[in-house]
Amino acid sequence: MITISDVKKVFKTKTGSLTAVDKVNLKIKEGEIFGVIGYSGAGKSTLIRMLNGLEQPSEGKVDINGKLISSIKGGDLRKARQKISMIFQHFNLLWSRTVSENISFPLEIAGVPKQERQKRVNELIELVGLEGRGDAYPAQLSGGQKQRVGIARALANDPEVLLCDEATSALDPQTTDSILELLVDINKRLGLTIVLITHEMHVIRKICHRVAVMEGGKVVELGNVLDVFKQPKENITKRFVQQVTEPEETKDTIEHLLNEYQDGRVIKLTFVGESAEQPVVTNLIRSFDLQVNILQGKISQTQNGAYGSLFIHLHGKQDELDRAIEFLEAASVGVEVITHD
Amino acid sequence: MIEQIFPNVEWPMMWEATYETIYMTLISVVITFILGIALGLLLFLTSKGNLWENKIVYAITTAVVNIFRSIPFIILIVLLIPFTRTLLGTIRGADAALPALIIGAAPFYARMVEIALREIDKGVIEAARSMGAKVSTIVFKVLIPESMPALISGITVTAIALVGYTAMAGVIGAGGLGNLAFLDGFQRSRDDVTLAATIIILIIVFIIQFIGDFFTNKLDKR
Repeated sequence: MITISDVKKVFKTKTGSLTAVDKVNLKIKEGEIFGVIGYSGAGKSTLIRMLNGLEQPSEGKVDINGKLISSIKGGDLRKARQKISMIFQHFNLLWSRTVSENISFPLEIAGVPKQERQKRVNELIELVGLEGRGDAYPAQLSGGQKQRVGIARALANDPEVLLCDEATSALDPQTTDSILELLVDINKRLGLTIVLITHEMHVIRKICHRVAVMEGGKVVELGNVLDVFKQPKENITKRFVQQVTEPEETKDTIEHLLNEYQDGRVIKLTFVGESAEQPVVTNLIRSFDLQVNILQGKISQTQNGAYGSLFIHLHGKQDELDRAIEFLEAASVGVEVITHD
Repeated sequence: MIEQIFPNVEWPMMWEATYETIYMTLISVVITFILGIALGLLLFLTSKGNLWENKIVYAITTAVVNIFRSIPFIILIVLLIPFTRTLLGTIRGADAALPALIIGAAPFYARMVEIALREIDKGVIEAARSMGAKVSTIVFKVLIPESMPALISGITVTAIALVGYTAMAGVIGAGGLGNLAFLDGFQRSRDDVTLAATIIILIIVFIIQFIGDFFTNKLDKR
């Protein structure tokens, strides 16, 4: 569907040149929700803008459904863009137009007759759940409603690809979730390929099938979301995964417990997919003469399955402890004995 | 009562002068609005980082705008006498004032248009591009509608300046209230004529400001 091959983007600045995207290769499948995560300045914004030709790559090719976006120009590029929609962090609605008129705008660009436009706009308003707000102006809407208008506008011309440029970064957590649910719903209902960029792992976890992690213009890690959660390889990926699995206070708590219980073991268990549903802790308590103290736990749902982490403190005889750890390792859960750094 | 305050005012002449002032203002405002928006768009589109980025065109347009904006209006009228004569065959009358009024006001307004266009969120232009919009579509469906309140308040300021310019244009025989106040009021020491002309000019200015504010508020949906 989307093939990005050896794409490089160099910006000329006063002090020299800046490589924003460096030799990136990606293949995105049809109907997939593909996430690109990275901190600001990682090049993800430039990368997504090369998918609809808002930026031209300095080197390499971008191919979407057989169209070479990186080399077409003028009318061909404009025509192609009608099928590659985009939604934005700050919504970018025209304040001078009502909700209906905003949604109608891409249809006007595509030259759709007025009557059909009206019909299509009404369908879209219903699809994104904005019934009754058609005559409101963007200034009268909440952030979440504005993004719904943005989504409706992006879907107007039946696109093949939807690009989401930090689409939820300006929204509060609750609104973020409702917008993400809408995106999943659209993806399932219309079979739309979605490419999104974000700096929030929460967004990746919640809706993406696959994820690419970007740092310094390069893709440093790529894979199924669940696999990346299970075994993050790069340090940056580990940090992103921790955003979701380990709340801020976890580290402090663990540190505190390690000092408190010098004689026991603090263990981090990670559960992926089916193992998350086995009664591992119950079996542990029944089989071993140990005190088990549950410190903290969290289960996150991803598009490819569940992922959970549990911190426990084990207290008992040394050989009993060792056997317990062996038992846990055999039970297809990830085991990590936490020690002082 | 009115005759006691304004003993020397010949009202038919006063009304004719009012008509001339309104005529000159109205025509020049309409043409300045169109010309100024065209020039302002050219300045905006050819400036750095915009759709038609072009250093040479931008530099030339900027230079022309700056030159005509800097020449004092009274001097501009005199400088334009040969031009007006070739264009209209005469340098007398309200029509003869129009070239100077427009050439004086359009560059001034063009700068205001450029500022108004710069105020538009870049993201909105990017969004229109991402939908596959042509430059002409962006101009007529994004740039102009999105900056309309600022364009209207800009033309209001320009229109009020133009009322002042018409008074100066009276010097070259364009007629209007300025001419009447100068010839009939000042030179013949009839202060009441000057006062009456001033009051009418003030009323015209207030009306322009009122209309301008009304439309600016009505169009602003932010």
